[in-house]
Amino acid sequence: MTAVFTITLVLLCVAGVLALVRLLRGPSTLDRIAALDVFLILIVAATTVYIAAYRDGSNIPLLVAVALLSFVGSATAARLAERRERHR
Amino acid sequence: MTLPSAISLLSAVFLLSGATSCLLGTLGLLRFPDLPARLQAATKPQTLGLLLILLGTALQLDLAGAASLALVAIFQVITAPVISQLLGRAAYRSGTAQRDVLVLDELDQQLSQDDASSR
Repeated sequence: MTAVFTITLVLLCVAGVLALVRLLRGPSTLDRIAALDVFLILIVAATTVYIAAYRDGSNIPLLVAVALLSFVGSATAARLAERRERHR
Repeated sequence: MTLPSAISLLSAVFLLSGATSCLLGTLGLLRFPDLPARLQAATKPQTLGLLLILLGTALQLDLAGAASLALVAIFQVITAPVISQLLGRAAYRSGTAQRDVLVLDELDQQLSQDDASSR
């Protein structure tokens, strides 16, 4: 089972690197927002794997908090970016 | 096969397939040419990948932990489409999306009607 958790975390880390590459490359602000949203979800997924590996439920509120932050942040940034692009 | 090892096996399958779909989704996020296509790829880690990983973890925990994970899953399923819709609309209106590759463009008519009525 340890091997499963290791492989899962490695896959998630590679996915995180790919999302960060898209975050750095852009090209538009909206692409960066989408990439950041995916990156935060990958953080939630990796924390979930940690919970499974140690069978430790005390980190579950962290999942809720990060998911909530990801939603509020992306929604606000998307609205601001839309307004800025329209005024261009 | 005893029941605990069967649950472990099922959990391992869910975790691995969830992580794989996360990886494939971000690969699409990196490779696809414009924002609507990238949003379509980004949906994979946001819903399918995370839900499979949450399911695999819930099998390892007790009922209270599994219920809290279900809360995260429900919240994610509700919010992911909202973000995609906001980003897609912003991309369309700012002209970042390539309109000539769209098969059906219902928003164009709607927006030009709105513009005409607001003038």
